[in-house]
Amino acid sequence: MDRHIKAPTGSSTAKLNGENKQEKTNMDRHIKAPLTDEDAGSLRSGDYVYITGTIYTARDAAHLRMCETLDRAEPLPVDMANNIIYYMGPSPARENRPIGSAGPTTASRMDKYAPRLLDLGLKGMIGKGKRSDAVKEAIVRNKAVYFAAVGGAGALLSRSITASEVVAYDDLGTEAIRRLEVVDFPVIVVIDAEGNDLYETAVEEYREEQGDQAENIIR
Amino acid sequence: MKTIDVSEITRNISEMCIEANHYLTSDMECALKNAVSTEKSPLGKQILSQLQDNLQIAGDDMIPICQDTGMAVIFMEIGQEVHFEGGNLEDAVNEGVRQGYTDGFLRKSVVKDPLIRENTRDNTPAVIHYEMTTGDSVKITVAPKGFGSENMSRVFMLKPADGIEGVKNAILTAVKDAGPNACPPMVVGVGVGGTFEKCALLAKKALTRPINEHSEIPYVREMEAELLEKINRTGIGPGGLGGTTTALAVNINTYPTHIAGLPVAINICCHVNRHAVRTL
Repeated sequence: MDRHIKAPTGSSTAKLNGENKQEKTNMDRHIKAPLTDEDAGSLRSGDYVYITGTIYTARDAAHLRMCETLDRAEPLPVDMANNIIYYMGPSPARENRPIGSAGPTTASRMDKYAPRLLDLGLKGMIGKGKRSDAVKEAIVRNKAVYFAAVGGAGALLSRSITASEVVAYDDLGTEAIRRLEVVDFPVIVVIDAEGNDLYETAVEEYREEQGDQAENIIR
Repeated sequence: MKTIDVSEITRNISEMCIEANHYLTSDMECALKNAVSTEKSPLGKQILSQLQDNLQIAGDDMIPICQDTGMAVIFMEIGQEVHFEGGNLEDAVNEGVRQGYTDGFLRKSVVKDPLIRENTRDNTPAVIHYEMTTGDSVKITVAPKGFGSENMSRVFMLKPADGIEGVKNAILTAVKDAGPNACPPMVVGVGVGGTFEKCALLAKKALTRPINEHSEIPYVREMEAELLEKINRTGIGPGGLGGTTTALAVNINTYPTHIAGLPVAINICCHVNRHAVRTL
């Protein structure tokens, strides 16, 4: 658990051309899911995290149904408290495999629903891409965390999933809610409980644009 | 005159759907491999290395490269001396998609109605573009398109006075807005000219051009190179987590347009820029 100076893990290739520009105080962490309040609160934007335990999948259609369920004041099929939702719809599993390709989908499509689930105790979300201000505020308010998994690495990520079972909305096919058992599932903390956002800070570090180019955005 | 039984179309498209979702073309593979050594960010390098591992696992274990195995976009370039028999061509194309996505354990990501949203459960229908050409062969391109990047694509109806700088700004705007959502490093397909729908089709087709091939028009070729460099200076990087590899290529196609217009379409593709090509 020591916070240490490092180049991100596994980057044997990172040493090839002697780059150390991004060295900073970030941690490699191994954490359990469901998340404890202590773990969620201590993770920092930029930490490389390996998750082991139980997580749940849900995408657009499942989020819509969960929110309709809440509108009717009925219980959710999965308790949100301290859980992690992975925004993911897998490809079908081949024989004797727990799951098919299983990478993250774009998280912003769930922005409309996420604050409500966070306020019910949801502690972590795994996806890819930017989140809205409303989601960031809900993350900070509830001391939660938003992780990114590497988009388009679904074959690699499937190797960290040891079991998969549909627990709700089976009729939605790939969009059903699944309970996944994961072992050392690799993610990066993007938005931490303090509201730091790696998508903003890391991009700034490598931006080499001239001022004029940055301003030439059209709508 | 050459006669082709449509069952041949079905069989080929079925195989091509599976092929495209498990193997990238050699130009894409090569560019991704090179990027590992040129990327400046350690985290960016790590992500690019993971993409290498991912491609290896996909091919070895027959797990799709990405779980979003896309909506099947199919270009049919049909020689005018070809005669089809054995059934309806469009049905044969869709049957190929149905078989490929079912037999190949590919994800079914298509809904029957854009607002009612009931899954068709076999990934049909495909989006099919027909083009008549000379000769007696049929060139089929199967390009499964994921929607993480498709959703970040744009069409701008610029004014002629906006000129080349307007076009460049439109492309940079689309790329910056896409950021991490489009799974960078991306490939940027651009269509300039034509009409509203023509420029979008030009952009889509630009994504199927090998990324080491450049436009034959000198000023367009220069624009492709300049924009690639500018995009790679935005800092977005692999996975949008910072770095110098934001795009692998900018492919621009142009077409004549109206005196009053300058349409520009930017079709963004993730690093899983898939297509399989066969000629019958």
